[in-house]
Amino acid sequence: MSKSLKERLAILSDAAKYDASCASSGTTRRHSAGKAGLGSTEGSGICHAYAPDGRCISLLKILLTNFCIYDCAYCINRSSSNVERARFTPEEVVWLTLEFYRRNYIEGLFLSSGIIRSSDHTMEEMVRVVRSLRVDHNFRGYIHLKTIPEASPKLIEEAGLYADRLSINVELPSDSSLAVLAPEKKPAGIRRAMADLRLHIDGAAERTLQTKRRKRFAPAGQSTQMIIGADETNDAAILGASARMYGSYGLRRVYYSAFSPIPDASQKLPPMRPPLQREHRLYQADWLYRFYGFSVEEVTASRPDGMLDLALDPKLAWALAHRGQFPLDVNRAERPMLLRVPGLGVKAVDAIIASRRHGRLRLEDLARLRVPLRKAKAFLIAEGWQPARLTDDANLAALIQPPAQQLSLF
Amino acid sequence: METILLQGRGDFAEWRAAARNLLSRRIAPDEVVWSTIDAGSLFAPTPAAPVTAGPAALVPKTFVDLAETVICHTEPGRFALLYRVLLRLQTERALLGIPADADIAALHRLEKSVRRDCHKMTAFVRFREVPEAEPAARRRFVAWFEPDHFILPRIAPFFARRFADMDWMILTPKGSIGFADGNVTLSDEPTRKPALDDPADQLWLTYYASIFNPARLKVRAMQSEMPKKYWKNLPEAALIPSLIAEAPARVAAMAAQQMQAPPAFHARLQQRRQEDAPPPPVGGLAGLRQEAAGCTRCALHCQATQTVFGEGPERAAIMIVGEQPGDQEDLAGRPFVGPAGQVFDTVAAEVGLDRAAAYVTNAVKHFKFEPRGKRRIHQKPDAGEIQACRWWLTRELDLVSPRLVVAMGKTALFALTGKDGRLADQRGRIMDWQAGRSLLVTVHPSYLLRLPDRRQQAEETARFRDDLALARRWREDAAG
Repeated sequence: MSKSLKERLAILSDAAKYDASCASSGTTRRHSAGKAGLGSTEGSGICHAYAPDGRCISLLKILLTNFCIYDCAYCINRSSSNVERARFTPEEVVWLTLEFYRRNYIEGLFLSSGIIRSSDHTMEEMVRVVRSLRVDHNFRGYIHLKTIPEASPKLIEEAGLYADRLSINVELPSDSSLAVLAPEKKPAGIRRAMADLRLHIDGAAERTLQTKRRKRFAPAGQSTQMIIGADETNDAAILGASARMYGSYGLRRVYYSAFSPIPDASQKLPPMRPPLQREHRLYQADWLYRFYGFSVEEVTASRPDGMLDLALDPKLAWALAHRGQFPLDVNRAERPMLLRVPGLGVKAVDAIIASRRHGRLRLEDLARLRVPLRKAKAFLIAEGWQPARLTDDANLAALIQPPAQQLSLF
Repeated sequence: METILLQGRGDFAEWRAAARNLLSRRIAPDEVVWSTIDAGSLFAPTPAAPVTAGPAALVPKTFVDLAETVICHTEPGRFALLYRVLLRLQTERALLGIPADADIAALHRLEKSVRRDCHKMTAFVRFREVPEAEPAARRRFVAWFEPDHFILPRIAPFFARRFADMDWMILTPKGSIGFADGNVTLSDEPTRKPALDDPADQLWLTYYASIFNPARLKVRAMQSEMPKKYWKNLPEAALIPSLIAEAPARVAAMAAQQMQAPPAFHARLQQRRQEDAPPPPVGGLAGLRQEAAGCTRCALHCQATQTVFGEGPERAAIMIVGEQPGDQEDLAGRPFVGPAGQVFDTVAAEVGLDRAAAYVTNAVKHFKFEPRGKRRIHQKPDAGEIQACRWWLTRELDLVSPRLVVAMGKTALFALTGKDGRLADQRGRIMDWQAGRSLLVTVHPSYLLRLPDRRQQAEETARFRDDLALARRWREDAAG
């Protein structure tokens, strides 16, 4: 291998950057005080840097190799691409992780890989890295391991023992798109692998009969990623696929990654990339589904083509389409309805409910709770405040929205 | 008017002593002037007589936590604000539960700012290795950081928990944390920025530049989380201006790039894939199972995890037919392993019906559901789906060739006979069905689980037990 470690680091981190996940939260708490080894996890994750693309850098996100026998059209590492290829030895990945961690650049490692030779061979190499980190070096930082769907159960078992999070990317929201763009990937196999991870994760949550101890298996759960805009699927179908996966496999997160131009792109891909704003709207809608009691149908009903409005956030779009249900009295409304008010987050709603037990709330009180009044006040009645027929105003959206939103830089 | 002079460098005990003293004398908040000794000033006022602590006051535990955090803030008004809230708490017991109260909102704002400062310190400290002339047992590192508030005592344990197997110093203008051989030393003496140089920074910069995607420039998003005030101490921040400046050209170059011929190994891989012979066909039930795994006869296959095919001996005397796999069956890929399956197993065992000797399957082989948050709500398969799946059920019947078929529930009955009659009319007797094959109709065990009334549940379970006992007796009779 003639390329230096630095050159290979450049190639193999460049190859990994299209995976959006960088979470380092939600695992068990661990520390190294008074023990051999290094590292801790504190419950919440830490983002150690941010790149000018606005994404956080929490983990050393790299591929073991970007050689790949698959030819997925959307992927920079597909076998038909002329991208420069490289590989790390497992020992090099271990060394980089530990040295980066010691300097507090990162929270841990997110290791993925192109498929080389076979699924089992690739998975085996990745497991070697994390086994060495955990066993040889007593590394207690965070580890996210990409899982190869067809890998043998024994390898998956071992991966779950060492990794905090496992993930398998569904890549595209529908089976038919996958068949066109990633012919070697088997959607049924991906679903089966996610189901299998769920059973392992659920199983680890129960104490075993003999030892009363919990078996360790991926304590930070599993996640997945969907590429947005590489196929024709609309937002309603994308969010429907997410809802199914949240319900079926107990995923911690579905990441949406707006298809990004890659060097030496395949002809099968659309010439236009989707606006980054679409990705943002999908995340907002995903949040509304998971934490605000909205159904996918409610969030996507406002447009006939099943797409989210790029100019309006989905909660505001819903509220504008249901003006009849507003204004709500902030001093009386029930929690589920307060959660539907544009501008009110979960924390603000809980603070409102706690505060109103002790006195009637005015707009000033809401301002102290950091409620963005510009957005929320048209939908609320408070002590001394009644919106002046604002909700009947056809231009309400224009009044509330910040002027001229930048949708995309290009 | 009373003046209290404090060091004011994040020491909670110091403020608490003074506050207790004032509180014991019922001094009103507006009669106190809180002031700090400016460590850097030559004209620091002469320290007043040391404050004598007053008796402890009763406050909610949450106030102590809040005050310990807020005291680290550099805001000069923090002492007075805390004292005012302390005094109000004596009469307004619920005060801390009112986030909209002006004082409480102000405390929370300060608290949040201290927490953010702590969090950013855990994120943005960068250790540099101190080169050793000879290899030492513990490697040594040093970092320089500029926190906004007096947070070193709060944050030192984090670094001690994490970087336990090395010795390190974090130097700041507000003091320093030292860690050697597992022991933390704190100082509030200001320190100066040391010379920092570590070759590993070059690898980190390489990583930072390569993980950045020039096609999605979002500078404001970056700056809201990594404000410019931190940049001077982050080695990677030096790259930011050039990364931003070069991004548009890099994207344009990507777009202009012509599609190139694939590399040679791509052709070899494609060749190999075509040469891979398809797996030899398997006969019998195993073959049917393999075939069904790829079933796309109805739309359910896109939503469910997998085909849940029947299970049991190839030539079973009894075949049990249920409705469709549920949540657990869908995940595991095996029929009757969820709650309803467990009811079936229990009752079958009670009457001595051996499940392992029977062939167990479902009328519909894919799980139909509606996602609801973290759960899946079972939905009844419709006639079209049952019809599509009858293809498999019929072939299972042909291959297994059971002499008794137990239809559990209306879906199974409809799938087997095509008739949509009332279950109650046919239930609980062995009926002649097809040539040499009998049919026994009973309820689906999930029906028993859904009954809300305990007594009714017991009665219906007893009837279900009777039905299964009938099947067992039939088997004994048939075996002669």
